Amino acid sequence: MIELLTYGDQGWGDEMLRGAGMTVAVALLAYAFGIVVGMAGAAGKVGGGSVLRGVLDVYTTVVRGVPELLVIYLLFFGLSSAVMKVASVFGYTGYIEVDNFVIGVLAVGLISGAYSTEVFRGALQAIPNGQIEAGRAVGMTGWQIFHRIQLPQMLRLALPGLGNIWQLTLKDTALISVTGLAELMRMSRVAAGATHQPFTFYLAAAALYLVMTTFSQTAFQRAERHFSRSVRTASGQPAP
Amino acid sequence: MNFELMGDSILPILRGAQITVMLVATSIAIGFFAGIGMALARLSRNPLVSVPAYAYVFFFRGTPLLVQLFIVYYGFGRADFVKDTVFWAVLKEPFWCAVIALTLNTTAYTSEIIRGGILAVPWGQIEAARACGMSRVLMFRRITMPVAIRQALPAYGNEIILMVKGSALASTVTVMEMTGEAKSIISSTYAPVEIFIVAGSIYLAINFVVTRAVRRLEHRLTPYQRARTEADEKQAGRKIAFAALRGRQAADDIALPQPSSDRPQD
Repeated sequence: MIELLTYGDQGWGDEMLRGAGMTVAVALLAYAFGIVVGMAGAAGKVGGGSVLRGVLDVYTTVVRGVPELLVIYLLFFGLSSAVMKVASVFGYTGYIEVDNFVIGVLAVGLISGAYSTEVFRGALQAIPNGQIEAGRAVGMTGWQIFHRIQLPQMLRLALPGLGNIWQLTLKDTALISVTGLAELMRMSRVAAGATHQPFTFYLAAAALYLVMTTFSQTAFQRAERHFSRSVRTASGQPAP
Repeated sequence: MNFELMGDSILPILRGAQITVMLVATSIAIGFFAGIGMALARLSRNPLVSVPAYAYVFFFRGTPLLVQLFIVYYGFGRADFVKDTVFWAVLKEPFWCAVIALTLNTTAYTSEIIRGGILAVPWGQIEAARACGMSRVLMFRRITMPVAIRQALPAYGNEIILMVKGSALASTVTVMEMTGEAKSIISSTYAPVEIFIVAGSIYLAINFVVTRAVRRLEHRLTPYQRARTEADEKQAGRKIAFAALRGRQAADDIALPQPSSDRPQD
């Protein structure tokens, strides 16, 4: 049993770890993409016109209300032809195949972005309006108000929500295995099939996921404590 | 946009929707009560009870649902040591494997939600119950649990929606629920956008119904927080009139008139 998880030709340990590396890479890129989408989406929901707000409402409602797997299938089967259609407008008619890695990052990133939009929107709206008025009163420009007053507080207020989204994103990457991308879930499926040892490999995958989620949870807790150090709570201790 | 194809795909996808609803309803129904049990185990002062409950919640919240499903389906569903036992009747069916995985998963999340609700019950209410001389079981049934459930309801609504979305994973173990049907139609017709719109709308409709139902339940369970309607007033007025006829011993009953239909049933 143990020799199956060792390194080298006999064991699957190196394949599993490489899969875990791929999982982390997809998750990090998708999460970063989601944060960019979320920031822009929140700005649009709070300050945009009614059309933009309508479009963003549809985006967040649909993506949060539809299974992740369905979104992944939509991109997996639809992205290549969509890209080819766009390319044909520019005169290129050859076959274009979008890499599964890109599809994975885009799909999980769009899902993560929908949740991030709501988290950032909540954080933006939690900042008292008086502070914005005060900023205007001392003659700050819109950009100055954003990066001096809103952004620093928004990050602190959004951090607990962002921690949850990271956990979701990390676990959602497992669904990318249906596209055949060699991440942790796919690797353990291949290994389990080849060796007929499902328990060994799925439990090993579960253990690797647990390490990742636990480690990142601790990191987020530390970050929350760090960014809340200026906030007083009833107990006199920094907010947990 | 191919509308004819969209029309043709509605029936098979609705057939899948039935299975989706069955998957979710079964696992939510079992997971709710298992979740209450798990929450109580987690809050137990006996470490022999609370530590295993903690480990359970830690495992199921920290790993993807897909891993859990594969452990049940490819692990227990194919294992030789299961084939000779009574569990085989259940575990040979992909549908029941999916139900088991979803139930185990929702039990972990539900227990955390209910634990939060129990911890949020104001201490004064527990003290009041003790002062009235309630036994622990009576206090749990009449005070702790109703208040905790009410507190936990909004979060529990979200958990039901997560389960509706999570049930899509059953398609990876050959259960033809809604996403499974959608995927098979997409891969034979290569019309991902059309099928996504059909299946996506049905998922949104299901989740809309769930959200509405939870909000109604919240409303029903919070009679003291909402403005009284005319019907409530009339009923309260009638109660007072009756009480006046019956004499003063009924005065306690009318101290806090409540619409009787909304009173939690014992």
